[in-house]
Amino acid sequence: MLEVKNLKTYFYTTKGVVKAVDGVSFKLNKGEVLGIAGESGCGKSTTAYSLIRLVPPPGKIVDGELIFEGRDILKLSEEDFRKQIRWKKISMVFQGAMNALNPVYTVGDQIAEVLMLHKHMTKEEAMKEVYKLLEMVGIDPKRAKSYPHELSGGMKQRVVIAMALALRPPLVIADEPTTALDVVVQAQIMNLLKRLQREHQMSIILITHDLSLIAEMAEKVAIMYAGKIVEYGTAEQVFLNPQHPYTRGLLASIPRLTGDIHKLEFIPGVPPDLSNPPPGCRFAPRCKFKFEPCDKEEPPVIEVEPGHYVSCWLHAKK
Amino acid sequence: MPNIYVPKPSSDTVVYVKDLRTWFPVRRSFIDVIRRRPPLYVHAVDGVSFDIKEGETFGLAGESGCGKTTTGKTILRLVDPVGGIIAYRPRERLLKEWEEIGYHPKFIDQYKSVDISKIPSKYLKPLRKEMQMIFQDPYGSLNPRFTVYKILEEPLVIHGIGETKEERYDLIVRVLEQVKLTPPEEFLNRYPHMLSGGQRQRVGIARALLLQPRFIVADEPTSMLDVSIRAEILELMMELKERYKLTYVFITHDLALARYICDRIAIMYLGRIVEMGNTRRVLENPLHPYTKALISAIPEPDPRYRKILRELPIKGEVPSPINIPPGCRFRPRCVTYDKTTEIQKYCETEEPPLIEVEKDHYVSCWLYGTPEEVRELIKK
Ligand SMILES: Nc1ncnc2c1ncn2[C@@H]1O[C@H](COP(=O)(O)OP(=O)(O)OP(=O)(O)O)[C@@H](O)[C@H]1O
Ligand SMILES: Nc1ncnc2c1ncn2[C@@H]1O[C@H](COP(=O)(O)OP(=O)(O)O)[C@@H](O)[C@H]1O
Ligand code: SF4
Ligand code: SF4
Ligand SMILES: [Mg+2]
Ligand SMILES: [Mg+2]
Repeated sequence: MLEVKNLKTYFYTTKGVVKAVDGVSFKLNKGEVLGIAGESGCGKSTTAYSLIRLVPPPGKIVDGELIFEGRDILKLSEEDFRKQIRWKKISMVFQGAMNALNPVYTVGDQIAEVLMLHKHMTKEEAMKEVYKLLEMVGIDPKRAKSYPHELSGGMKQRVVIAMALALRPPLVIADEPTTALDVVVQAQIMNLLKRLQREHQMSIILITHDLSLIAEMAEKVAIMYAGKIVEYGTAEQVFLNPQHPYTRGLLASIPRLTGDIHKLEFIPGVPPDLSNPPPGCRFAPRCKFKFEPCDKEEPPVIEVEPGHYVSCWLHAKK
Repeated sequence: MPNIYVPKPSSDTVVYVKDLRTWFPVRRSFIDVIRRRPPLYVHAVDGVSFDIKEGETFGLAGESGCGKTTTGKTILRLVDPVGGIIAYRPRERLLKEWEEIGYHPKFIDQYKSVDISKIPSKYLKPLRKEMQMIFQDPYGSLNPRFTVYKILEEPLVIHGIGETKEERYDLIVRVLEQVKLTPPEEFLNRYPHMLSGGQRQRVGIARALLLQPRFIVADEPTSMLDVSIRAEILELMMELKERYKLTYVFITHDLALARYICDRIAIMYLGRIVEMGNTRRVLENPLHPYTKALISAIPEPDPRYRKILRELPIKGEVPSPINIPPGCRFRPRCVTYDKTTEIQKYCETEEPPLIEVEKDHYVSCWLYGTPEEVRELIKK
């Protein structure tokens, strides 16, 4: 359904070129959930924005292909992309969107606007659809008349999800959809996303810094570090048999609710400055397995078992 | 027959809090005033009791807005309570300083505890040296226009520690070494924006440590940091605790993390403690319906959970802390209440006290003792 090939998105800032996404590739099948995880600043949101071609200036997609339903949608004109793809085929729940709802319009009107704009519905037709959408995301349709400030965080997030679903797109990108929410509300929103995904056979790209949420939902997992995907595979492969030192470090740093209390691990140091990344492997300055080739040449992508890819010299040796 | 929780000091108690209440007045409109509507309050902390032993890490957990930060700030008198006792056992150093400025505190128990809530504000300054806070937001809690040196020199100057500039410089260099910002010279002249999140939090810890406190309230000290560096900061905090015999209140919304850090934990809901005890016991055998719901909602990094929807035994949303529901404040959200008709009349009318259900495990819920049984207990 979607194949991303060697995507590069750079920000041309006054201080230099920030290589936020630097050669990212992955595939997504129909009805599948892909989780993209990584620490803040590793390029997750920029990847998401690139997929719907809304990279904010001074950012630009500088290379790569986005093959969606058989054609490269990076080659479409902006107008064709807007008419045919954005929102209709690929929509997005933006990070922090629930706080960006317009305070002077009711939430019903804000969802209706999406429908009127893209589907040329009348206000009346649109409102009928709004009620259905609200019901779908678990909000009493009467709340269509509420203003954003009258709703709780969880409800606002549901509204934002309803907007992304308004045109029933086959692919939804959810960027940190629960980050500002409390754990109970977060679990409710995750349940909602799971249910909607199943009922509508949607494909979802779930982007979050929280590996636990990815495990809750994703069939395929991509671990991002400093603008690159360092490990990719099925959830079972990545969580139960992690191969990249970064993935292993991340998993060992998460406190668990059950089982023995082992010492929590940490990864020393901080991620590199993306306008001046280290040569060779970008994780090398923090990696305890670093050896000769690591800071000289970028590690190749190795398929360590069918469908499980790792970008690390440790595996290239074997 | 169970017991009711009442904080009882012993020789190794550092702090205990009894029936603490911190309310914030809600701003009233002009109309409210002329119509003589009664003033309203945010009941941020609404009857909290606990005790903390020397060297312990006591956890305060719960969802956003349940009163964790306000409880922490109240213990340090960064905000003032409207009622209750905050008992603190001062060190000799503090007693001497108070004496020097002419303050003779009243001891409220045989262990020479002082009720901090009654100390006139002008005598609070020496107390700051004993009790410090580490803030959640390493970005917002450091003055962006100050260098690290200036940030750390300020409290020394305020408290008159270090007579000369050289002495202060030495103290600052030493504290930077303690929090492993080395070599210190490299950090002294940096501004907060020139530090990573983890480094900023180290400066926050250094600032708290500088006055050689004994008791530290750490308010979600790692929640803004990336998970890969959290353990490093926590390890540092635990190391400092051992070395300087510190006692911590550790505020967190992350129960899994609390399991690694806290000796005992209190789960808060709408300004009250609903469950309290040994951390592992509370988390591995939660008894309060709210604690159970919280734990069932925590995601885990295990793909087994993918195929199932999570069961969340809780209804609705957190109500406003302005209008606290009568009876048990958790009732509007409690599924156990719905299912347990025998106790409904209690849930609706009376606030349950913290009842000891097993050793060092307290729960505030009528499932574990009816008011009749509880009154019997109080009589005894
Ligand atoms: N200065 C204040 N004035 C008025 N209300 C306040 C004030 N400080 C806190 N509150 C309110 O008191 C309640 C408890 O707040 P508090 O900050 O203690 O919660 P918390 O448990 O620390 O939450 P979080 O997890 O979001 O940090 C909230 O309803 C909050 O809005
Ligand atoms: N509008 C922008 N201008 C300049 N740099 C940006 C902009 N947005 C993001 N970046 C940079 O791109 C990198 C990746 O950012 P982002 O995609 O937001 O990461 P994530 O979502 O993983 O936290 C970071 O170094 C960030 O500072
Ligand atoms: S390539 Fe080398 S430095 Fe990079 S992750 Fe692998 S072992 Fe570590
Ligand atoms: S006292 Fe009643 S309403 Fe409150 S938690 Fe227990 S069962 Fe639920
Ligand atoms: Mg982001
Ligand atoms: Mg707080």
